[in-house]
Amino acid sequence: MTIENTTMETSTPREIVLQVNNLKKYFPIKRGVFQTKVGDVKAVDGVSFEVFKGETLGLVGESGCGKTTTGRTIIRLYEPTAGHVDFMGADMAQLRGEELRNIRKRMQMIFQDPYASLNPRMSVLKIVGEPLEVFHVANREERKERVAELLEMVGLNPDFMRRYPHEFSGGQRQRIGLARALALNPEMIICDEPISALDVSIQAQVVNLLEELQDKLGLTYIFIAHDLSMVRHISDRVAVMYLGKIVELTTREELYQHPLHPYTEALLSAVPVPDPVVEEQRKRILLEGDLPSPANPPHGCNFNTRCPKAFELCFQEEPEYLEVKPGHFCACHLVKP
Amino acid sequence: MAVAETQIEKRKEIGWLERWLGHDTYRTVKGMATNPISVIGLVLLAFFILVALLAPVLAPVQPGGDPYRIPRDGYGSVPEPPGTPWESRQPPIPFWWSWVMPEEYHDQWIHIMGTASGQWDIYYGVVWGTRTALEVGLQITFVGALVGVTLGAISAYYGGAVDMVIMRIADIFLAFPFTLAAMTLSAVLTPVLGKGLVPPKIALMAFGWTGFARLLRSDILSVREREYVLAARVVGVKDARILFRHILPNAIFPTLVLGSMRIGSYVITFAALSFLGIGAEVGYADWGQLLSFARAWMTNLGTYWYIVIYPGVALVLFVLAWNLVGDALRDVLDPRLQGSR
Repeated sequence: MTIENTTMETSTPREIVLQVNNLKKYFPIKRGVFQTKVGDVKAVDGVSFEVFKGETLGLVGESGCGKTTTGRTIIRLYEPTAGHVDFMGADMAQLRGEELRNIRKRMQMIFQDPYASLNPRMSVLKIVGEPLEVFHVANREERKERVAELLEMVGLNPDFMRRYPHEFSGGQRQRIGLARALALNPEMIICDEPISALDVSIQAQVVNLLEELQDKLGLTYIFIAHDLSMVRHISDRVAVMYLGKIVELTTREELYQHPLHPYTEALLSAVPVPDPVVEEQRKRILLEGDLPSPANPPHGCNFNTRCPKAFELCFQEEPEYLEVKPGHFCACHLVKP
Repeated sequence: MAVAETQIEKRKEIGWLERWLGHDTYRTVKGMATNPISVIGLVLLAFFILVALLAPVLAPVQPGGDPYRIPRDGYGSVPEPPGTPWESRQPPIPFWWSWVMPEEYHDQWIHIMGTASGQWDIYYGVVWGTRTALEVGLQITFVGALVGVTLGAISAYYGGAVDMVIMRIADIFLAFPFTLAAMTLSAVLTPVLGKGLVPPKIALMAFGWTGFARLLRSDILSVREREYVLAARVVGVKDARILFRHILPNAIFPTLVLGSMRIGSYVITFAALSFLGIGAEVGYADWGQLLSFARAWMTNLGTYWYIVIYPGVALVLFVLAWNLVGDALRDVLDPRLQGSR
């Protein structure tokens, strides 16, 4: 697919499901007997993006860059420090009590660790049926029927609903988690590294299931991952995060073929190519050092400590997050519209 | 639709008991039933419970009399050895006496375990004292655990200032040595509430809750961050339900282990208070109180061994039983020890 095509695709107006505006989540660092605040871990530091109806937005970055925190803050598992999350007309960041509970019917999440995300003391029927129970949308019998239907939908035998999580494999458990997320017919699902803990062979099955369900139910996904090849497979657009910020966001084709940010370039160069000839000649950009501490991010551009292209300005001024091409956002001094 | 995974491989069908109890509870029950240590503990416990239940049959008292007053055979100050016949104020002879004894003794009730100074019958004290031990141990632990669990849960759940205040109060209580603190409070309460079981019980409860509160708090804090709790929040489960359905069932077991261990240690501390004279009053059916009769005969225990041995062995076995059960429970519940036994 050419660039022209993708630009045309993004230029047609599409319905925005989720608009995240300058979202911040700082975790206070407390010290001493009186727990006085001595600083902040800036896990998410001013993230803005939008998600269109029916698409999959990939969110990638290395461990500790704040992608999981972003997901959890959007769905209000964490209280946002600042920013707005506009989800179909409601500001997720401001909702309280019952309003917040009700929005949960429309936005759901699946978790990274399939072994930790299911309560070991509850049967599958109880786990998947719990959302139906707490929202009183079905009585006992209807609940059973609905759970059977959901299990079938995710490719599990409905006869297994009396079983407990330990009786299932990792992939099956992830399917149970998915069935739970689907129970209330949400419009959007945040997938927090749903496949990272699974065997490679199972990963593909789960990803295919996610795509299938997306087509069937018209779901919108935010797909958080660190595996670039899997993100490439499932995402329509991809956002690259580094140290609590989005450094680049664009369509999948554009990102993989014409990365603009040096960090994205480095990330992509680390993906092995399944062709020995190409792999042989491939130039890899090795990043030096580790992710700096989000409690004390570098002055200027976040990435200046590891950037192979960093120059003077990068140490003085933080680059702005700009739309450098239609539908292509980037935060780098080297890239200007 | 990919149905590749619909078969559960290498997993055998689970039984009705497991299905009914849930896997984790079933594993615990099964572990307790197959672990030799826990079986010894449970058998010992069953024995004590049986003795407590059968006390009116094993050691009958005069109709209308207070069974917890140990009957005494006169007022002589020198202890009498086991087998000495009852001479005065003999309580009713139990019906099974004629089954185990030869014909000529059918009408003669004896001091099976001898008497202590003051002619208090040790056998009656040990048998009825089993009830006291169970009552004291269970009551103190139950109240202590209830208070501790409530405060621990509140502390972990609300966090912040509430947590801070509760935990600092717990620290203050923990700053006092347990036995000494219980002793002092019991001594202070005795003139107010009268001599008896109540002051030492209250004293032990007052200083016993801290361990439960701290343990449960830390367990809740760790369980609270697990993904299935987050998942429950995401699907809109309300706070109270999350606490009672998702957090507590997964955080309560270490507290149960602590509880079973504590029952034994409370009984022994209570016995120590009784021994020192600030627990049960003289003549009450309580093991520690019986042991206190031995204080006057410290140098002659070779002769008057029965004052110490019978209540002492009862006490040791009782504490041992609870500790074995607690140990086994901990082993069964600690996943790191799984498979090592």
